[in-house]
Amino acid sequence: MSVAGRSLLAVTLRAALGTLVLVVILGPLLSLVVWSLAERWHWPAPFPQQLGLKYWLRMLQGDPLRALTRGVTIATITTVLALVAALPVSYLAARRRLPAGAAVLTLFVLPQAFPQLPVFASATVLFYRWNLAGTVPGVVLIHLVGGLVYAVWTLTAAFRAVGPELEEAALNLGASATRTFFRIALPLALPGVAASAILVFLHSLDEFNGTLLVGAPYVTTLPVYMYTASLGYELQIASVTALILMAPGVVLLLLLERFLRAEYLAFFGHL
Amino acid sequence: MEVRVEKLEKRFGRVAALAGVTHTFPKGALTAVVGPSGCGKTTLLRVLAGFVRPDQGRVWMDGRDVTDFPPQARDCALVFQNYALWPHMTVFDNVAFGLRLRRLPSHEVRDRVREALALVELDRVPGIESRRPRELSGGQQQRVALARAIAVRPRLLLLDEPLSNLDAKVRHRVRVEIRALQRRTGITTVYVTHDQEEALSIADVLVVMEGGRVVQAGRPEDVYARPRDPFVAEFLGSTNVLPGTVAEGGRIQPRERGRLLFRAEDVALLPAGSPPPAGAVWTPGEVVDCLFLGAVYRAYVRVGDTMVMADGREPVRPGQVLLAVPKSRVMDFSGDEAGADLIESAAAGEDRRTRTRTRT
Repeated sequence: MSVAGRSLLAVTLRAALGTLVLVVILGPLLSLVVWSLAERWHWPAPFPQQLGLKYWLRMLQGDPLRALTRGVTIATITTVLALVAALPVSYLAARRRLPAGAAVLTLFVLPQAFPQLPVFASATVLFYRWNLAGTVPGVVLIHLVGGLVYAVWTLTAAFRAVGPELEEAALNLGASATRTFFRIALPLALPGVAASAILVFLHSLDEFNGTLLVGAPYVTTLPVYMYTASLGYELQIASVTALILMAPGVVLLLLLERFLRAEYLAFFGHL
Repeated sequence: MEVRVEKLEKRFGRVAALAGVTHTFPKGALTAVVGPSGCGKTTLLRVLAGFVRPDQGRVWMDGRDVTDFPPQARDCALVFQNYALWPHMTVFDNVAFGLRLRRLPSHEVRDRVREALALVELDRVPGIESRRPRELSGGQQQRVALARAIAVRPRLLLLDEPLSNLDAKVRHRVRVEIRALQRRTGITTVYVTHDQEEALSIADVLVVMEGGRVVQAGRPEDVYARPRDPFVAEFLGSTNVLPGTVAEGGRIQPRERGRLLFRAEDVALLPAGSPPPAGAVWTPGEVVDCLFLGAVYRAYVRVGDTMVMADGREPVRPGQVLLAVPKSRVMDFSGDEAGADLIESAAAGEDRRTRTRTRT
């Protein structure tokens, strides 16, 4: 085959691959957009009969908005709690000063090792007994199960990436352990802290199984709202919700890309 | 301040990093601790800084037992091998860190940061104070680390391989500067290095360590000229190890037992068949190669199965020669138990000499 022929083949293959990627990724997104704008769309018409912003406007008032703000509130509380709990644990684990550090770190991946539904279902039974079911604290607790995994492992990796001699230099000049942590270790681990905050926040915002089991019907976040909307065959509402739910994810993931270093992820699961 | 360590022992798992180290670091002097990697020199430094607690033994500073003192209470400043500058702070904040901890008023902090930067000759670099460590060259980072340490006016300065990350030219210059700085400030200094040439040139007192022990300590000239055991003799300088004994008339008899140690600079090469000089040990040999090292020519002479190095001012042609060493320059360790394993480590010794060669 001639060089030109080969390069033509390469271009064709690449174009085909590109199209496939576009169809697979953007296709469903496009259908979401179309559905969110369809005010009237009866089978078997290939396109909606009437387009409009009715459902988007409906989204901005009442239930969906409440679900969104509630979800953001829960995600914020979850993130703060997860970070506060994970910071000391991760720091000590990274400096190998945590008694049975490996065991503690393993404990934090354990919930991920089992199928989530049974774990959440049994948690729900307990929560009913403790009057936590259907409350915001109950949902926060369920979100912390996954959130703490992200927080602890990312932060441990972040602290481990800070050279111990940087802290020794501060101790050597007379700084206390507390000051060394706040002046040296924490500022240097800040990208990792930001990365873990984003991961926990997104996890909480998108969490569905646990929220539905523990929160319903009193605590409704956006994923749960979307689920109930699509159950009622309100595909337009579900599409609008899905698109809105994607927005913070895309924005935060772009931010995450700035903070997350390969070494943080590479550390996941290593003891 | 005078620092004394007594019978220090420290194990890491099954490895004894320190196996009974007793030594007094004299006040105001620069003591260089030298030895191959894994000899315990860095552990010793970290014990002095308070980062490693010895299993056994005591550390005294000016007569005070500080063994159980935390690093913060030691009044010593450590310069790390990789400098350990804080990347999120400017040069000024790095150097000021220790001063601010001491709650000095801000104008005094500023004065003393400037003074420290001047001492390490960084004051003439424009805008240096507001730069970040990663914007500086290796040599400049080294000086900032040094400035950060001396800014707090420690009574003991600890340097852990401070020049090992610098290229040869900068290394030689900074070495001279550290020496001058130590002279000017009079801070008692402990300088750890694996580089024997660096140690010999910089030290008031040379401490040679091996296997977690101090094998010899003294003035660099004395230790070099009169090594107490074969290890020190081999470690310092370009040392030849020739198996054999000296027979009647100074002729070297190649033998399994017995070793003759002498330095390359003490070897004279004479034309084959010349009469052996008086007061010398000698043997015939064959020059196989001769390298120009800049300051000297180094000939490699085959004697039996051993390659002997001989330094001279003139190049030597390959061929038969008479190799002679003044008797007074032959370091004799016969009857020394420690020397017995030296023959076996001849390969390792060759290694060490190779390194020495590339360094000169």
